[in-house]
Amino acid sequence: MSKGTLFDKVWDLHTVRPLSSGQTQLFIGLHLIHEVTSPQAFAMLRERGLKVPYPERTVATVDHIVPTEDQARPYADTQAEEMMVHIARNCKEFGIRLYEPGSGKQGVVHIIAPEQGLTQPGMTVACGDSHTATHGAFGAIAFGIGTSQVRDVLATQTLSLGRMKVRKVQVDGKLNPGVYAKDVILHILRKLSAKGGTGFAYEFAGSTFAAMTMEERMTICNMAIEGGARCGYINPDETTFAYLKGREHAPSGANWDKAVAYWKSIASDTDAVYDDVKAFRAEDIAPTVTWGISPDHGVGVGESIPAKESFTQDDWATVEEAYQYMDVKAGQPIAGMKIDVAFIGSCTNGRISDLREAAKVITAHGGQVASHVKAFIVPGSEAVKKVAEAEGLDKVFLKHGFEWREAGCSMCLAMNPDKLQGRQVSASSSNRNFKGRQGSPSGRTLLMSPAMVAIAALEGKVADVRTVLK
Amino acid sequence: MPIIIKTITGRGVPVRGNDIDTDRIIPARFLRCVTFDGLGAHAFEDDRKQLTAQGKTHPFDEARFQGAKVLVANSNFGCGSSREHAPQAIAKWGITAIVAVSYSEIFYGNCIAMGVPCLKVSVADSDAIQSLIEADPKVEVTIDLEALQVRVGAKTFVAQMADGPRKQFVTGAWDATGELIEGAAAVKAAAGRLPYVTNFA
Repeated sequence: MSKGTLFDKVWDLHTVRPLSSGQTQLFIGLHLIHEVTSPQAFAMLRERGLKVPYPERTVATVDHIVPTEDQARPYADTQAEEMMVHIARNCKEFGIRLYEPGSGKQGVVHIIAPEQGLTQPGMTVACGDSHTATHGAFGAIAFGIGTSQVRDVLATQTLSLGRMKVRKVQVDGKLNPGVYAKDVILHILRKLSAKGGTGFAYEFAGSTFAAMTMEERMTICNMAIEGGARCGYINPDETTFAYLKGREHAPSGANWDKAVAYWKSIASDTDAVYDDVKAFRAEDIAPTVTWGISPDHGVGVGESIPAKESFTQDDWATVEEAYQYMDVKAGQPIAGMKIDVAFIGSCTNGRISDLREAAKVITAHGGQVASHVKAFIVPGSEAVKKVAEAEGLDKVFLKHGFEWREAGCSMCLAMNPDKLQGRQVSASSSNRNFKGRQGSPSGRTLLMSPAMVAIAALEGKVADVRTVLK
Repeated sequence: MPIIIKTITGRGVPVRGNDIDTDRIIPARFLRCVTFDGLGAHAFEDDRKQLTAQGKTHPFDEARFQGAKVLVANSNFGCGSSREHAPQAIAKWGITAIVAVSYSEIFYGNCIAMGVPCLKVSVADSDAIQSLIEADPKVEVTIDLEALQVRVGAKTFVAQMADGPRKQFVTGAWDATGELIEGAAAVKAAAGRLPYVTNFA
């Protein structure tokens, strides 16, 4: 059993008491909610006559169903409109803060909480959304929950949970040019599989993560869940503290030093004990693209689609299903695969640094979006949009043929008007390439970094971003 | 009154394949709702339609599996999105227990909170159980949380469930809300010990 890790310390600090089943009653420091997984939870509260004892510890926004083109209310989609009405009513009734479009603070839930300083080291964070793992970038224990559990957090600020094991995922060395945080996590997923992390919290450690910005760390932790790890985290350090300083909800004044002392105290001890350790070298990682129907189906952009024999026999049926669904063959190079749609955005890669990097690639390339490609860029939050426009990034995108949208989840999961059509192939900076994920039941998704999406949009096919970054 | 779940007996339905994600169990367009009502009809909707278009039939559409209570799957079942709509859709279709090699943890946690026990069996046994049900869809399947077994007709398979969730089912504590609320004083005390809750005072 792990000992002395950040996970152990934060878990123990938040343990309220053991429950009769042997599960732990765990205090949740920050509860985030959105319009999709919360309405039924509020209905359950009403059914059972329950109150929300800690309303100040829950923060709400709207992101999944929000249109990214026409945001005028009422929305054309009456079901989406109904969900908007419900969350506003629920938040008002129970005294919960809600950041709606136009507030300047709305956006993808996993983008707005960090940018407002709500997410802090040493917290437990829960949200009815699997990408809650994102907040682990700050050294928080953050995980997704379902709607019945949203009800439990609302009603008690706690959850009934079993303890996880801790795996250290160590990456050391310097990333090569054109290789981004997204490539690092896609590489890890490829090596450890989509189910390899089940039962584990992933601690991402080593010099590669230490050198990353907070935004890059968020991209890493965001996709821990795609490896089966319900949460992933990085120990807080000076980069973390510098990011937090001065943000709206971050501690200030005399409290700042006390907060930093607490944050330092919960980092993993140098002699911490882990249940498992896996190590990788940064230099071995290339720009990575997925070819199949699971986020662990990744290959370096210079590689070919792998033979099924390179997977364990138990997975051969899934791999064959992936070849068939994606209409690809083993041995076929991934570079050159034609795309129809290019999407930059999502809680994985919808932050300002992602947009800056995309703009840099577009400018270096100098061309226009390929004539057969629809390319659009969706800022992760209203704040990201504002900064991007102040820097003139929107003008770069528009000039080169990309659409520039309003903040939301957009085509990451296509619960809004942004959807693939038919068998379209999407180059996407999002997190999941599941069958039908981007809105068409037969649509196909290739996951990659925002820089790789940008070059794919311009070339009209999967291409190596390193060719323009020289 | 707590609902104690020790055994569930009924017919089974095999859904083969590793890494069946919650987008496949319930596509996102069906999440545009404010209740879970009516989700049962849309469980596995896109998979079902695609198989039908290929002249094949998804087990959820096969007449011989209608009325099944026990879903038998393979590895990493329910991975991906945390949407409780996925287990709700399966449950509303009629499933009251699941047997698989492994589950995504969020899906598994949702099932506990809903009172749907999820047992684990080996890779070979999940395949064997699916084959037995395919050969005889009327065969009686029993999941037994006390003996930790899955019984299919005369055959018995060893099953696993972590002790915490197992106790939650056999003592009726799977709906944890009541017990969590009872701990209100302890919650307050725990919150008072956390530096960030007390504003680092």
